[in-house]
Amino acid sequence: MTDEPLLRVSALSKFYGSRVGCDNVSFDLWPGEVLAVVGESGSGKTTLLNCLSTRLLPSSGTASYRMRDGQFRELYRMSEAERRFLMRTDWGFVHQNPADGLRMTVSAGANVGERLMAVGDRHYGKIRATAVDWLSRVEIDEDRIDDEPRAFSGGMRQRLQIARNLVTGPRLVFMDEPTGGLDVSVQARLLDLLRGLVTDLGLAAIVVTHDLAVARLLSQRMMVMKDGRVVESGLTDGVLDDPRAPYTQLLVSSILQV
Amino acid sequence: MPTPLVVSDVAKSFTMHLRDGIKLPVVAGVSFSIRAGECTVLGGPSGAGKSSILKMLYGNYAVDEGQIIVKHDDGLIDLATASPRTVLAIRRQTIGYVSQFLRTVPRVSALDVVAEPLVERGEDRESARGKARALLAQLNLPEKLWALPPATFSGGEQQRVNIARGFITEHPILLLDEPTASLDARNRDVVIELIAAKKATGVALLGIFHDHDVREAVADRIIDVTAFAPGKIAA
Repeated sequence: MTDEPLLRVSALSKFYGSRVGCDNVSFDLWPGEVLAVVGESGSGKTTLLNCLSTRLLPSSGTASYRMRDGQFRELYRMSEAERRFLMRTDWGFVHQNPADGLRMTVSAGANVGERLMAVGDRHYGKIRATAVDWLSRVEIDEDRIDDEPRAFSGGMRQRLQIARNLVTGPRLVFMDEPTGGLDVSVQARLLDLLRGLVTDLGLAAIVVTHDLAVARLLSQRMMVMKDGRVVESGLTDGVLDDPRAPYTQLLVSSILQV
Repeated sequence: MPTPLVVSDVAKSFTMHLRDGIKLPVVAGVSFSIRAGECTVLGGPSGAGKSSILKMLYGNYAVDEGQIIVKHDDGLIDLATASPRTVLAIRRQTIGYVSQFLRTVPRVSALDVVAEPLVERGEDRESARGKARALLAQLNLPEKLWALPPATFSGGEQQRVNIARGFITEHPILLLDEPTASLDARNRDVVIELIAAKKATGVALLGIFHDHDVREAVADRIIDVTAFAPGKIAA
């Protein structure tokens, strides 16, 4: 375990005109940690995720990332090309809607292989073998490798999107409601898969979700957001078992028991 | 005798913001220490705050006041104010916890639920599974259940999975929240044996046992939690 965080976020804010997206968010993320960001729609959690993954530029604040050479780089001062390279190699982004993260009209194998080619792999046989390996890790049969994701179910598409993101061995993965819109049985399978992959690969991840059960299963740490601000943060089980902020108490007490 | 955990003047209350902010004091002035090689038992009626104390010692409940000093990684750390990341490291290396109920994960087999704490600590999966098998056998869990996820198990079966998961690691401190509540006599005896074995290796245990026979068999000391009732503190 290293003593330095992977990502340092300080006083990050994003305003849309006079409207607050996220306001004064600070935290550190260490390698291997999964941080859940929870809150209801409009709480600013997706804005925060988009700022961190540099899909959006913040209005103020800083975020620095420890590159593979150990040097911290300020994300918002990198060139567009550098940021794109980071996104293709060291980071992953799992969208709620797989169609946003996949190319729907090329084969499953090509979806996975494309990320490998982006980092310089050129050997067709090797790329295909890695693609087959990753499809099996996300429980997609090898004989579906030449099918387009259009022909896949929602759960399969989401698993394919995860394979596409993880194939390059990223160190940090952003996930936006990764189980949103899936049936509960499909969700359980996906969560189990994600849990295993995150543990085996030692990934750091930031998972945005409104589902506290998903946060409990996947994350060790949690931030609760409301109106763009972090109202409570801490260990996931601590926040859920002993919520202290009024809003967190409301969220936790609103969970339906089955 | 070494005392790997010292609690001093700890207080805890819950503020119910959805109920007009009423404050429910749970415990105050909690002070005690636990010793290596001993099993200390928290005594007192339901609602006295026994589980709350255990949860604070595991970093699960926040602490309002006081200190919880833990010997961790050759240093002393105050768990009451430690960062989440430090609490996670303490849980990984120093403090184990057997909760009252098993929190099941969909699709994960009983065997892997038990082996998981070792795998998280870097042990090879197969050797972790070997130790898990041995513990589940010792706790008389039928072998045909090992490959199944525990969600559909009976209360007693789930609790045995939970106990195995808690006892498989070599944490120097182990917290037990009623581990024998839904076990039959034969399996209660197995838990008593497991606790004795932990004591013999110098583990400091702190537990809640409502079962009189188990408490008699394992307790070296009993701490009466009613002494920490919030009203009792003068000054």
